[in-house]
Amino acid sequence: MLNTNQGKFIAFFLCGLGLLVLPLLLQPFGNAWVRILDMALLYVMLALGLNIIVGFAGLLDLGYVAFFATGAYIMGLLGSPHLVEAFPAVKAMFPNGMHFSIWWVLLAAAAVAGLLGMMLGAPTLKLRGDYLAIVTLGFGEIIRIFLLNLDRPVNITNGPKGLMQIEPISVFGINLGQKQSIFGIHFESVSLYYYMFLFLVMVIIVVSSRLERSRIGRAWMAIREDEIAAKAMGLNTRNLKLAAFGMGASFGGVSGVMFASFQGFVSPESFSLMESVMIVAMVTLGGLGHIPGVILGALLLAALPELLRHLAGPLTSLTDGRLAPEILRQLLIALAMIVIMLLRPRGLWPAPEHGKSLSKGDTA
Amino acid sequence: MDILLQQIINGLVLGSMYALVALGYTMVYGIIGLINFAHGEVLMVGALTSWTIIVAMQESMPGTPGWLMLTIAILISFVVCGALNFTIEKVAYRPLRNSPRLAPLITAIGMSLLLQTLAMIIWKPNPKSYPSVLSREPFEMGGAVISVTQVFILAATMVTLAGLMFLVNRTKLGRAMRATAENPRVAGLMGIKPDVVISATFVIGAMLAALAGVMWAANYGTVQHSMGFMPGLKAFTAAVFGGIGNLAGAVVGGIALGLIEGIGAGYLGALTGGVLGSQYSDIFAFIVLIIVLTLRPSGLLGERVADRA
Repeated sequence: MLNTNQGKFIAFFLCGLGLLVLPLLLQPFGNAWVRILDMALLYVMLALGLNIIVGFAGLLDLGYVAFFATGAYIMGLLGSPHLVEAFPAVKAMFPNGMHFSIWWVLLAAAAVAGLLGMMLGAPTLKLRGDYLAIVTLGFGEIIRIFLLNLDRPVNITNGPKGLMQIEPISVFGINLGQKQSIFGIHFESVSLYYYMFLFLVMVIIVVSSRLERSRIGRAWMAIREDEIAAKAMGLNTRNLKLAAFGMGASFGGVSGVMFASFQGFVSPESFSLMESVMIVAMVTLGGLGHIPGVILGALLLAALPELLRHLAGPLTSLTDGRLAPEILRQLLIALAMIVIMLLRPRGLWPAPEHGKSLSKGDTA
Repeated sequence: MDILLQQIINGLVLGSMYALVALGYTMVYGIIGLINFAHGEVLMVGALTSWTIIVAMQESMPGTPGWLMLTIAILISFVVCGALNFTIEKVAYRPLRNSPRLAPLITAIGMSLLLQTLAMIIWKPNPKSYPSVLSREPFEMGGAVISVTQVFILAATMVTLAGLMFLVNRTKLGRAMRATAENPRVAGLMGIKPDVVISATFVIGAMLAALAGVMWAANYGTVQHSMGFMPGLKAFTAAVFGGIGNLAGAVVGGIALGLIEGIGAGYLGALTGGVLGSQYSDIFAFIVLIIVLTLRPSGLLGERVADRA
């Protein structure tokens, strides 16, 4: 007989192994399938980042995509030839183009996005939930409008055209943008990115689950449940909220870097309000503040509609193009948001309620 | 000087539309404390419905005078939007009235997305030009021009606001609405059915949004499934600006925001030496919002509400 710990270990091991071979199994069917996995992992990163702000600290942020955009544009500016071409001064400094190590870019993106998060947090800390939602939403739009228009008078973001030719990530000398062959196994570029994303997702999971149980995480949850009581217990709610904003935002920035180099280009239209809404939906549908729930929510909302998109061809031709895949996807997400909230207002896989068992007199 | 006058007229027209939509937000928020994210989409449905009606009438009855077509189209959009918002409240918001605070907000966002998608399926995603039913001859006023449509918008807004003030302050339904906003439970004890009042609020809000939608379409000349988002967002800003839950505040906030935007868009380019042009006019609303919420979170006319634990 296995005891539960051993059982858990074996289950984890098998899951891990499954996750590792998954892209290799899907690769032969076409890169599109692995791409879906990659995007799903990106959304998991984003959802986990937002979960720190919304789930742990209870601050509803509807402009999270702004931090994603920040990260993506930092990668875009540092990784594409745009800056070198547009500014002679930069060209003088880096005659061969800027080829920074990905780790520096990641660090820069996390720092800038985190700083931006705190800058957004500072004036809005006093606001109640609903107001905060609108202000953050407005902030997301402001960032997008700036990205769209900052091609004049000085061309920084290249406007609606976006930044192109962003170089792929190189990790330890392995270029993720090219096919690699290791120990006789062929890895497509999308699969290499898959491993990179999986690694980062793991890091974020570890960080956020450690955070959840730490002093700071428990303080966040106290603020979420009752801010006045938390203050009365001597918590510095202002600094804690700023920390939540900053930390959540820096994860968004990291995901943005990954997204930019994975796509090879960034443009403002990738960072619409719809994306923010999607990420919030993932967090709340999965189960606010519950890491496995959030992952489930992100995977469901990111991957399922993509899968359906591949199966939607016949439906599209049947309805004379009215049910185009993009529309069908949006329809499904909208319906999912409404139906799941109506049936399970606390999400699909909510966090266990602390103290419930006591009130029921359950001694088990 | 005439530029300033022109921008003031444009701002007033824009502001009246914001005010109408903001009223819908503020009434719903005042009564059930929910940001009805789908409210902008109700505006869009109103505009697209009126577009369908007017196009159909122009084809079948070419001789009909413009104002009659517009009136009929507005009345039909009232019915459609009223029924739509009634259904939305019943299906998506009512079951969640006592659940965690985020849940109704998420269904509201979902509803907004759903309405946009359905509109895309029903009306196709391409932008459609809205027929100009009113005369295109503009009036000249001290160097500025004002179109017949703009005069209609200003007049209709004034009439509607007067009607709404009467409804809220003088009728039985209005008193019931105010009582429910004050305290639903006590209102219930006094013989008011909160559910009926809430439904009525949603229907009235939808009609105001439908009217604003038709105005928006007539003023800008195009309709599309995505047209509701910006007016919705800005009208919410206006409602917060004026003090959410406060009807007069919504009107003041709407018109003030319209003026800020109109005048700001007119002068931004000149003030910054062409660095920032009118493409940034959308940002004004958000900057105003952030400043207002930081300096005076209860809005211009709102009362300061203590935090409740």
